[in-house]
Amino acid sequence: MGIEITTLKERCKGCNICAAFCPKKILAMDTLGKVYVTDEKACINCGQCELRCPDYAIYVEKKVEK
Amino acid sequence: MRSYEKYFRMNRLPHIWCPGCGNGIVMKSIAKAAEQLGLDQDNTVIVSGIGCSSRASGYMNFDTLHTAHGRAIPFATGIKLANPKLKVIVITGDGDCTAIGGNHFIHGARRNIDLTVILFNNNIYGMTGGQASPLTPTGKKATTAPFGSVDTAFDPCELAKAAGASYIARGTAFHAKPLVDLIAQGISNNGFSLVEAITQCPISYGRRNKMGDAAGMLKWMSENAVPLAAYEKLAEEQKGDKFPIGVLYQKTAPEYSAEYAKVIKLAQGGK
Amino acid sequence: MSQARLMQGNEACAEGAMAAGVNFFGGYPITPSTEIAEIMAKELPALGGTFIQMEDEIAGIAVVLGAALAGRKALTATSGPGFSLKQELIGYGCIAEIPLVIANVQRMGPATGQPTSPAQGDVMQARWGTHGDHPMIALSPWTVRESFDVAVMAVNYAERFRTPVIILLDEVVGHMREKVVLPKAEDIEIYPRRKPNCTREEGYKPYTPMADLVPNPADFGTGHHIHVTGLIHDETGFPTGSSKVTEDTIQRLHQKISRVQDEITHYDEFFMEDAEYAVLTYGGTARTAYAAVKMARQQGIKVGMVRLMTIWPFADKVIKKVAQKVKKILVPEMNYGQLVLEVERAAAGQAAVISLPKYNTEIFTPKEICTAIEELATEVVK
Repeated sequence: MGIEITTLKERCKGCNICAAFCPKKILAMDTLGKVYVTDEKACINCGQCELRCPDYAIYVEKKVEK
Repeated sequence: MRSYEKYFRMNRLPHIWCPGCGNGIVMKSIAKAAEQLGLDQDNTVIVSGIGCSSRASGYMNFDTLHTAHGRAIPFATGIKLANPKLKVIVITGDGDCTAIGGNHFIHGARRNIDLTVILFNNNIYGMTGGQASPLTPTGKKATTAPFGSVDTAFDPCELAKAAGASYIARGTAFHAKPLVDLIAQGISNNGFSLVEAITQCPISYGRRNKMGDAAGMLKWMSENAVPLAAYEKLAEEQKGDKFPIGVLYQKTAPEYSAEYAKVIKLAQGGK
Repeated sequence: MSQARLMQGNEACAEGAMAAGVNFFGGYPITPSTEIAEIMAKELPALGGTFIQMEDEIAGIAVVLGAALAGRKALTATSGPGFSLKQELIGYGCIAEIPLVIANVQRMGPATGQPTSPAQGDVMQARWGTHGDHPMIALSPWTVRESFDVAVMAVNYAERFRTPVIILLDEVVGHMREKVVLPKAEDIEIYPRRKPNCTREEGYKPYTPMADLVPNPADFGTGHHIHVTGLIHDETGFPTGSSKVTEDTIQRLHQKISRVQDEITHYDEFFMEDAEYAVLTYGGTARTAYAAVKMARQQGIKVGMVRLMTIWPFADKVIKKVAQKVKKILVPEMNYGQLVLEVERAAAGQAAVISLPKYNTEIFTPKEICTAIEELATEVVK
């Protein structure tokens, strides 16, 4: 069981809201101004990033073992 | 892909709103409220005016109507009266709803017609580049108030209450989760509902007023929005920029389309 | 045989609209059109229809546009100042292709003007009042009975072409009472609401034009999930910045009307067989003109009369023919001279066009128009 963060770069406008509200500080903007995950393992699945993403560009989910 | 996304026209995304604009957060809350209520897409109509927030109608997967500036409420009134079975949701902005559409807003509330008005309040005219609206707080800067606005702002919730609305709530883009419930309750109310959603315009309002970036503006909401019960306990001097959120007012009152159905019955010889 | 009734032009207009299927009225009180609203308020609920008095003139047209989109046949009524206020949303009806009828009982302006004296001062506003390029259909009755017929026609045209149609009444016709025999319901032809030609699953696009260049946008609440906007949009209904789509749309909006222009040009001719002069007239003024033409005929002047019911689109072909036939065309109007400009344009120098304006709150007398005809006939053509 782990946490999976999905980012949709084609939707991301790089506003930085997700990174600002991430309690573990594991989100950042790349050189093109799009979100990327610096350390997925540190994610605690709080969902703050997804909750306030205005562009529906980030999703957090518990990985389900198949 | 989230389950509420069926209420979006996915092929229309990404939306046109600026980086950091809170409108996307509020629109998502509407989609989530629709999912919570299981709204029938065939029997729900979204009506909007003109402005940034009013572009939301085009992204939502229902019958949708993007009207003229200020006129969403009378268009919506026509739809509701023409087919009272329809759920009609109005998406509007602060300029659209309280300036050019101010008369329609108070008369919609007066009739207590079953519409749910979701007022995206970013305190500014965003689409035209940052002019002052009737909800720009006194002293705040806008391109048409370069020395700070000398106007007194409306409180749209108090306005709707005085005019006769039967459900009034206020939420913020920061409080995105409770906003979903506030909207869902508004849609469920059989009468005129107003949900004022405080949303950030970092480009045309925040920047000019040194409120920081989008995240900074959201933090401002988290610090200043106070649940109604707690807000009422604040002493006047503690209030400052603080404002109440949650369900601010509710009442039971006759709903217009139901009242008109009685007129039809009477005219047709019924009791 | 229906019974003869004594009724007003406004009343006949309301009755005609209802006979054509109007079951929704929204508006704002304004003299001299208010009787239409009052009749609707009284009659519609019994028919299962809906009347609503709105907070202002703009809301009055917005509410009927909304009702039309939700499947109703809808009417609003107003007069000069209100007609001015409604202009933006008339344009909305044009671009979003929403069937809608606006009865404008003209009164004297500008602004509050000389309330509520008769005038025909909204002829150009009816055509050009809203901004941008758009076609317009405006019909002007001259009798009470024709007010009924024009209302039926206006509702049918609005539905058929999915466009706003203006009933251009004037205070004379609107408030005049005449004995009329209305047609029986079964003799009235009704154009039904256009329906989508396929389902969402089959790739339905609400603004795809049919063979007659008119699209079939679905009524709200019928499961088609359509988007309607006042922005220029493509066949899907969604806005586009495309220059090509913009050009094609503006062109199609005009062509859907211009291709049937002959069919929707309604007019009468009187004493035109041997006419050397013609009076070109419309609305309440046509009644006086008719009396004047008969007076002039008694004096041996070979004068005829052409009475336009269809004001817009303008009857170019009719005027061209008249101009080829007669030496002079007299255009009496209760305004400073509006439709005369169109007559001049269409006559294109083939006949002299003489304006006879009147704008002092009084209607023409037959003598006035007859005197003008006499002058036409005696003056030497230069």
